[in-house]
Amino acid sequence: MYGVNERGYYGQFGGAFIPEMLYPNVEELRQKYLQIILEPGFKAEMEDLLRDYVGRPTPLYHAKRLSERYNAKIYLKREDLNHTGAHKINNTVGQILLAKRLGKTRIIAETGAGQHGVATATVCALTGLECIVYMGKIDTERQRPNVEKMRLMGATVVPVTSGSQTLKDATNEAIRDWINNPVDTHYIIGSVVGPHPYPDMVARFQSVISEEIRKQLQEKEGRELPDYVVACVGGGSNAAGAFYHFLDEPSVQLVAVEAAGLGVDTGHSAATSVLGKTGIIHGSKTLLMQTEDGQITEPYSISAGLDYPGVGPQHAHLADTGRARFIAITDNEAMEALRELSRLEGIIPAIETSHALAALGQLGAGPEDVVVLNLSGRGDKDLNTILTYFETHDVQK
Amino acid sequence: MSKNRLTHLFQENQGNLLNVYFTAGFPNLNDTVTILEELQAAGADLVEIGMPFSDPLADGPTIQASNQVALENGMSVKTLFQQLEGIREKVSLPIILMGYLNPVLQFGFEAFCEAAAKVGVDGFILPDMPLVEYEEEYKLILEKYGLSLIFLITPQTSEDRIRKIDALTDSFIYMVSSASTTGSQVQTSEAQQAYFSRVKALGLRSPLLIGFGISDKVSFEMACQTAHGAIIGSAFIKALQQPSEVKENVRTFLKSIKQTQDAGLKT
Repeated sequence: MYGVNERGYYGQFGGAFIPEMLYPNVEELRQKYLQIILEPGFKAEMEDLLRDYVGRPTPLYHAKRLSERYNAKIYLKREDLNHTGAHKINNTVGQILLAKRLGKTRIIAETGAGQHGVATATVCALTGLECIVYMGKIDTERQRPNVEKMRLMGATVVPVTSGSQTLKDATNEAIRDWINNPVDTHYIIGSVVGPHPYPDMVARFQSVISEEIRKQLQEKEGRELPDYVVACVGGGSNAAGAFYHFLDEPSVQLVAVEAAGLGVDTGHSAATSVLGKTGIIHGSKTLLMQTEDGQITEPYSISAGLDYPGVGPQHAHLADTGRARFIAITDNEAMEALRELSRLEGIIPAIETSHALAALGQLGAGPEDVVVLNLSGRGDKDLNTILTYFETHDVQK
Repeated sequence: MSKNRLTHLFQENQGNLLNVYFTAGFPNLNDTVTILEELQAAGADLVEIGMPFSDPLADGPTIQASNQVALENGMSVKTLFQQLEGIREKVSLPIILMGYLNPVLQFGFEAFCEAAAKVGVDGFILPDMPLVEYEEEYKLILEKYGLSLIFLITPQTSEDRIRKIDALTDSFIYMVSSASTTGSQVQTSEAQQAYFSRVKALGLRSPLLIGFGISDKVSFEMACQTAHGAIIGSAFIKALQQPSEVKENVRTFLKSIKQTQDAGLKT
């Protein structure tokens, strides 16, 4: 009901709105992706890598002090403990194995904060495939350590100077690269966005998160289903993975947390479900922040990873049908939540994830309720932003 | 509904057709009508007016930049239709609007077709329109307003798909010269010749115009050997950036491509 249909749609959202130059690539993927990723050899290879290289399963940690603070039973799904520091690697491991089976020799990717770029550079190094990562010039400057990590692992990072020089434009340039290299190249999209089959494929690779949550919750609580699953949403890949095995379980409340930036009504926001209208971005019909004339507008968030003007088509469908509740969290609220988790649990989360943490107070959960929050990434990469923020916003660090 | 100007053009002319692309609102907001009049006077056979978009995926740097300038100048679909009001009193060339789907959908697809037909537009190129959606949702609306939709083919397009596009087409097929975004240099590789020959050998019912990488007289004439004509975009946008007046830039550029009117072919 909430999954993709044969035509690549989630309700009215999805599809493959792409120029003819991309059609053969996307069509090849569409025809082969399920067959390849469901074959036992592929699954076994992927499971081995996830276990021994990525470090799965990631723990489901009962955060007692955080639970006390919010008067609910809160579990953190520790995707921050994955190799490379975020959930992004689950998808790049899957796609690199797929690319090899498709006979591709060259990998391209886009990245905003750099986490997906680093995850892609990592699996390319692991498999020996050439790697080119497109990154907005502004993002290369504000996420320099990630640029250096990618280069260290042999990737070529291309600073993108078109448009607003951020994630949206990096994605455009990656797509243009694919248009110019249609035969030997696979494009590893990092979120549940893009033309069908990308949103479904990426969600399947990330669904290992909810699969593990069910098993781990059974061991810890004697039941597979939590009352709430909470995750942040930019494009929405970590949320898609955390929601996947709960979509058709109506007792589980799905909570998607977007970046309100300086505030939903300030003109500096990335809260797509509130500010967006149905439109087409990067090959998919979805909710999109745009002007009245249909020009795509530039979003704003303190977190480079939530700074995207659209949202995956499945999330648009979940918002449209009310299956998931969408909450918008400002920069300030996210940063307070970041400090709170650091102090209460000794875990410094990514700024993206901090948006999800800031929503804990708004859930309405009671002491008997089990809340699982997907701790999508760690905050090491954000240290400069974090320090600058607290220096300029108050004296207490 | 009688056949539009595009259909007529291809019925009456067998070759050497020059289709010129320019971005509406570039270099100045109100240049649209001037450029159309000059293109007609200078011997273009049909024109493609680009509706600027913030994220033109299939376009190279030159056209991307022209889109950006046009948007900064204040161009929008609505403004373009206002500028084209009364254009058929001045210009008889077939006019195609080219653009990405999102601005069209925000305008409203049927409202867009209605407005386009009213000012005398003959067809559209919407590169991100999927064939399936076209057939199921949009084809009847286009037909209702007598508008053609032009599809692209590339060196990677399969024979089956080319034949399907050929069957759906009532004007011409836009043959992308190589795997590229707009503005790339045309390659004279064996692979490209093989592609041209392969498509030619299919014996399609629809005429072909070659685009992407056609920039001068040599590449134009080469394209005309394979197809019914060619489309020039990025090179024309560059010509419009010359310091002289817009009119002069159009004339000088067209003269460099088509030195003499193809008197025998024009009617």
